Amino acid sequence: MGARRALWAYAFLAGPLLFFLAIRILPAASALFISLHRWNIISPEKPFVGLANFREILSDRLFWKAATNTLRYLIAGIPAQLILGLGIALLLRRIVRFRGFFRTLYFIPFVTPIVAAAWVWQWLYTPTFGPLNRLFDTVGLPPQAFLRRPEQALYAIAAMVVWEYIGFQVVIFLAGLDAIPPVFYEAAGVDGANGWELFRHITLPLLNPTLVFSVVYGSIIYLQLFTQVLNMTFGDQGGPLGSTLTVVLYVYIQGFQRFHMGPAAAATVVLFAAILAITLLQMRFFSRQVEY
Amino acid sequence: MATRVAAEMRVARGAAGQTLFPRRALGNTLAYVALAAGGLLIVFPFVWMLATSLKGPREIFELHFWPQVPTLDNFRRVLTTTQFPRWFFNSFVIAAVTTGSVAFFDSLTGYTLAKLRFPGRQVIFIVILSTLMIPTEMLVIPWYTMSVRLGWIDTYWGIMFPGLTSAFGVFLMRQFMTGVPDELLDAARIDGLSEFGLFARIALPLVRPAVAALCIFTFLGNWNAFIWPLIVIQTPAMRTLPVGIALFSGEAGSAWHLIMAASSLAVLPVLAVFIILQRQIIEGVVLTGLRG
Repeated sequence: MGARRALWAYAFLAGPLLFFLAIRILPAASALFISLHRWNIISPEKPFVGLANFREILSDRLFWKAATNTLRYLIAGIPAQLILGLGIALLLRRIVRFRGFFRTLYFIPFVTPIVAAAWVWQWLYTPTFGPLNRLFDTVGLPPQAFLRRPEQALYAIAAMVVWEYIGFQVVIFLAGLDAIPPVFYEAAGVDGANGWELFRHITLPLLNPTLVFSVVYGSIIYLQLFTQVLNMTFGDQGGPLGSTLTVVLYVYIQGFQRFHMGPAAAATVVLFAAILAITLLQMRFFSRQVEY
Repeated sequence: MATRVAAEMRVARGAAGQTLFPRRALGNTLAYVALAAGGLLIVFPFVWMLATSLKGPREIFELHFWPQVPTLDNFRRVLTTTQFPRWFFNSFVIAAVTTGSVAFFDSLTGYTLAKLRFPGRQVIFIVILSTLMIPTEMLVIPWYTMSVRLGWIDTYWGIMFPGLTSAFGVFLMRQFMTGVPDELLDAARIDGLSEFGLFARIALPLVRPAVAALCIFTFLGNWNAFIWPLIVIQTPAMRTLPVGIALFSGEAGSAWHLIMAASSLAVLPVLAVFIILQRQIIEGVVLTGLRG
């Protein structure tokens, strides 16, 4: 009886396992393999070159640009996303009416096709006739170049990404706040704690797992930034002077425009290592239980 | 089970809200004002995109926000002079097939891993789960070389094979399938139901909300997918909606009225689906996000 059931189990798993093996696991191994070889699609010779591809990207000014930019996106985007997301979630919990309406409103960008949104934002940012500069003009601010200017372009894109994911963060924070047992607030309220003290000593510590999840999720999003950058700076990929270039866009340009598969694969291995490190860090944080 | 937890959360939230904020009246008004202002910022790009898509080519660079002479001509031109209808169809086929495949294989795999005892169960689960850490960017290079070799470039199969299973879906379904009572399955087994019948007729209906959430996310994810379709598609007729809009917009240059009409056409169906299913989608984010 047990053996028969095990046979069924293997039969059920055969298809999906084959897919995971063929579509995820083997290609991941293959990416590692390619990163250690000189890999040209047209030439049949694919000699082993050790870490040469890694050395090549590490001495490539553009890769460093991409890596530091990616870090800059992370540093600019995550705190903004966290503070705005938590702020909106706290405001939403205060109000009684229209809560669902506002939650839905803020969530809309998250389900929107990024490509379409990117083009809309690109026009919002247009220096000469974009609505943002018109708004600046009405309130008496000087016009800005936004995506055309190396110092601004990255932050202009980061703002769009924050816009896109804010609703997701709000929903996650709302769920996290709901999970905090109300007795804590009641007890502290009896002790005479004010709103800030409640937030500082109860909400923040008990919300820690949600905060960690939110930071980790955000980090992975920013590390893999691509669609927004490609579509908002389409004419000159990577923006003015490569100021918006990300690691994934670097992979795309190396691999699929120049067909330098070896260095491109090496860059993805570096990306994988970064994501792995963040995920492992998250697991450590989560395995530490919150003591009530 | 989920509804009971939700109900408890609602009670908890109400109680916390009352003790948290003693000075309600003024604070509440400010909360509404802040949320409404934020909401306006969030929807501005959409409203503005729609407004622009209704403007004639002369009117688009003029100052006023709303079109003086609204016209549907931009939509007509997008639908007749570009391959937009075909891209829409391509996206729909790909999103529908991958959603069907993920719904079936992931719930079957999740059920098997949660409810059947067999050697290797844990190992298989860990192997599938670990693929979650591999970023898509790392896989696209091997997928591409594989697709070139096997002639999958520019085919529906080539576009959708990476999306046919999802490790995240397996994880999600296993979590929910664990809650299916063993007694129920054993009783049905005694009544002579086959092992597959147990899955399809007993377990699957019990986790229907989770399957629905998984379907919505898979559909949205594949509908909006960009990087892999961009790489594997070569002819304009095979483009998916995001790739079509990105490349069409790149080619159309400054034809902003057409780009805005195309973006509106891409966004509207997604928004319509979201508005109809918003409760399931937002609750799905909570369920899936916090369990991940």
